[in-house]
Amino acid sequence: MADKPSKVVLDPLFNNNPIAFQVLGICSALAITTKLETVFVMAAAVTVVLSSSNAIVSLIRNHIPSSIRIIVQMTIIASLVIMVDMFLKAYAFNISKQLSIFVGLIITNCIIMGRAEAYAMQNPVGTSVLDGLGNGIGYSFILIVVGVVRELFGSGRLLGNVVLPLSTEGGWYVSNGLMLLSPSAFFIVGLYIWALRTWKKDQVETS
Amino acid sequence: MLESYLSIFLTSVFVENMALAFFLGMCTFLAVSKTVDTAIGLGIAVIAVLTLTVPVNNVIYRVFLEEDALQWAGIEGVDLSFLGLICYIGVIAAMVQILEMTMDKFFPALYNTMGIFLPLITVNCAILGGVLLMVERDYNFQESVVFGFGSGVGWAIAIIGLAGIREKLKYSDVPDGLKGLGITFITVGLMALAFMAFAGIQL
Repeated sequence: MADKPSKVVLDPLFNNNPIAFQVLGICSALAITTKLETVFVMAAAVTVVLSSSNAIVSLIRNHIPSSIRIIVQMTIIASLVIMVDMFLKAYAFNISKQLSIFVGLIITNCIIMGRAEAYAMQNPVGTSVLDGLGNGIGYSFILIVVGVVRELFGSGRLLGNVVLPLSTEGGWYVSNGLMLLSPSAFFIVGLYIWALRTWKKDQVETS
Repeated sequence: MLESYLSIFLTSVFVENMALAFFLGMCTFLAVSKTVDTAIGLGIAVIAVLTLTVPVNNVIYRVFLEEDALQWAGIEGVDLSFLGLICYIGVIAAMVQILEMTMDKFFPALYNTMGIFLPLITVNCAILGGVLLMVERDYNFQESVVFGFGSGVGWAIAIIGLAGIREKLKYSDVPDGLKGLGITFITVGLMALAFMAFAGIQL
């Protein structure tokens, strides 16, 4: 299993995207995407946790008895998430408040468990880190797409800067309130998957 | 008193539905909703696990982790709440394991129908999400029982509804790229939109 480093990093971006193709880690992808600012923080947090948990799991993969591997992985991930949570509380308190329980929910984000189980348990440290990085970026990419659409059309802003002046504030753009509500996230991800699969036909499900 | 419990219950079932308003437990929600039978099995398993773990974690939080909680042991000024996440997930994993073994021993028929779903539940964010919401909202023990049960029921209703829709969807002509996952997302979106109707209800 000597995968080319570039392939390991780039594959999860479109070909094997954790959200659009593997259906992992959707919860947080939808709940925190109303504003781009929280999206960046969340994406960074997940990528960091994912690459470091992959590294640690891969480092000790030959010493973990397979019957308790889930609990071992869980403990590693939980410790990493606690570190991220404390870091955010110290340096980005407002955002950490907005993300509320979703930082903690990184633990049960199935991307992290899924990659630890499917990749890091079988591969050396180097490629595991790259795999974590790649999947983290693939995950961040969708989050950012959804975040941009929702913030731009929902409140006419990007990262808090006015792009489309709202009619309520003297501009011309009438904001689409639906974009701020939770269902819109489902629609955007659904349409995104549609677009992706029209582009890459081999991902179409046959059933 | 009873009214406030009823209000927590109805809020957690409809207004703040775990799956459709908070997007919790989405992975299993989308993956295991192809047929109504399996959806019912998983729904019942989630109700059981949530009803057990939320109160247990509530006790652990109150007795050990909360700020100054260790006063009963004569230890002052200790705040262990940073250990919360790791404790909760440990409790969830342990409870799921215990539930699995108990069911295997005493209710083999039930175990055979929903046993395979139990390991899945450990990594279901609905469970951890329920626990974290309980901590954040500072529920007391009774409230946490009602909240755990209510959230479980809400999640079960949502997944059974989605499974019903997906069974019917097999007969419809969906564009190629939307087949499977894509159309499921749109369906869930519409369901969430329908559940938004409950959002204005004040209890």
